[in-house]
Amino acid sequence: MQRIVKPKTQRGRRALEKKEPKIFENSKNALMFKGGNTSQTVTQILKDWHTLKKPNATLFTKKNATKPFEDQSSVEFFASKADTSLFMFGSHSKKRPNNIVIGRLFDGQVLDMVEFGVSKFTSLRDFKTLKTASGIKPCVVISGEFFEDSDDNRRIKNLLIDFFRGPTVEKISLSGLEHVISITATNGKFYLRSYRILMKKSGSKVPRVELEAMGPSLDLVLRRTHLASDDLFKRALKKPATAKPKKKKNISRDDLGNRLGRIHMKTQEFDKLQVRKVKGLKKRKNDVETDVTETATKKQRTQTVEAT
Amino acid sequence: MIMADGKQSVVDTVLSQSNDVRLETNQIENEELIELDEGNLLAVNENKIDTKNFKVKNEDILLALTRDATQVLFNSLWKLPVEQKDGAFLITLPESQTWLPREKHVPKKRPPTKWEEYAKTKGILNKKKSRMIWDEQSQEYKPRWGYKRANDATKDWLIEVPDNADPYEDQYEKRKTAKRERVAKNELQRLRNVARAQKSKVPGLGLTPTEKPSKDHLSKALAVAHKSTASIGKFTDRLPKEKPSKFTGKKRKFEPSIGNFGSEKEKQLKMLDIVSKKVPTINTTKAANRILRQDEEQRAQEKKSKKTPKKLKGRKATLGLGKPGRQGGGNKKTRGKRKR
Repeated sequence: MQRIVKPKTQRGRRALEKKEPKIFENSKNALMFKGGNTSQTVTQILKDWHTLKKPNATLFTKKNATKPFEDQSSVEFFASKADTSLFMFGSHSKKRPNNIVIGRLFDGQVLDMVEFGVSKFTSLRDFKTLKTASGIKPCVVISGEFFEDSDDNRRIKNLLIDFFRGPTVEKISLSGLEHVISITATNGKFYLRSYRILMKKSGSKVPRVELEAMGPSLDLVLRRTHLASDDLFKRALKKPATAKPKKKKNISRDDLGNRLGRIHMKTQEFDKLQVRKVKGLKKRKNDVETDVTETATKKQRTQTVEAT
Repeated sequence: MIMADGKQSVVDTVLSQSNDVRLETNQIENEELIELDEGNLLAVNENKIDTKNFKVKNEDILLALTRDATQVLFNSLWKLPVEQKDGAFLITLPESQTWLPREKHVPKKRPPTKWEEYAKTKGILNKKKSRMIWDEQSQEYKPRWGYKRANDATKDWLIEVPDNADPYEDQYEKRKTAKRERVAKNELQRLRNVARAQKSKVPGLGLTPTEKPSKDHLSKALAVAHKSTASIGKFTDRLPKEKPSKFTGKKRKFEPSIGNFGSEKEKQLKMLDIVSKKVPTINTTKAANRILRQDEEQRAQEKKSKKTPKKLKGRKATLGLGKPGRQGGGNKKTRGKRKR
């Protein structure tokens, strides 16, 4: 995309650059917002998930009389304003009491949306336990054969993973694994639970996992769904060629985890082979001179001969 | 022997006990039924859930399910290569196996600007310039451009008036306007590049003033003025007998390939007629007129070599009396293509 209006300040430029499409994308941000009418339950659900997802979430506190399943344009507008690509929308009406819509966008367009009715809800603060730190990457556990039933259900699973998986990280501290989000689909209901992990000593290196319900806990009923066409979804899955890691030549790992390299030399003089760059192994200037004196004198002789 | 046997049994019991403890702690039955995606810290258990006592003890069942899946995930995570950093044990997560959609489309490469295209065809390469250059006046290195730049033309306290310049002209103002013009030109070119990149129509510059305005120029200006309204000239008043403008942007007009057969037939027959008759297609009156005019022109040229008489100087001379050359107007294309 090429901007037509030039940003006037460096800060504005940076803000715009942040919103631009990137090869290596940032973690998806979620937008929590509510409709024209909401119940206490729905508002609390939005607040709870906002606190759990925090640096990667934005909460709109004011009402917005909008219906994502009837008109997607306002969702797209809010998402573009907050630069988010996931959303959670809460509303409450006579026809659809305690309604939650979880969805995602691609390129500013609504991709998938799933609507749930909340039949039972216990808030984060109603569990009198310790909470995990906000913004950590949770583990996600999905169970139930429902998610393998059809392509649509598989897509719902994909959406839920996308929504709850948290920030994308390369490395993670083992002690930082302290939160599990569990989604179970059975008996025609979705059970969304969140637990704190307690690592207990076991006989081996791997700790024994114990869980403690931390909240929020929701029992959901599936209502309407809006899933993207396969064509659009395929387009959204496209990975840029440059994002794929380059194949490293001549470097391999053996079964013990050692890194092995293959080196090509013109003449095989193994004493000159530089295996590793360490400062201590470097030849100092004086050493080099003493080493090369013999050859140097020879060279000098030849040079003098040439000069005369 | 008895002693040895006793020892063996003790060892066996201890080993089996420890095994039992381990089974209790981090081993899970049916571990292979749970699919893992370590990159997303994801465990998927797509097996049928035993729902016998679900209504009574659903919380317990959910917790047990999640615990088992998490334990399996942990068992696999602890096998990943670990590094220690600032007292924390870090594991490097593998690539995510679940295909999740992107947030935004794959960034496209910015299409080259007009200059970049030109430079490529000509093989012009970017020259690396150092950022700092030597400033003679202050005797130090200063940035080439921007704030506190070297050789700053705007900071000159004196500008020499060029030889052939108007002495009362403000040279400072002149520099300023020149700079403003350059900036405006650059912005215009940038916008044109943006338009080109978006494949929308590149706006023309309209009509630029010329040194020698011609009749064509005037009619062009009229055509532009006609269209320069919010409704693109739809409601512009026309003169009673105004001809349609030649400068509509359309260069050639083609007959529709399907449609009026009658007129097409007529045309073809007319052409055949002309070919079969072998009558010279010269328009005699036109030819005669041309010869007459040539004569006139020749005479006029001879006349022009003499000095213009004093009487004719002034208004009459400018009215075009005795003016040589082509007359009758028209542009390059219509010239010589008069109706027969």
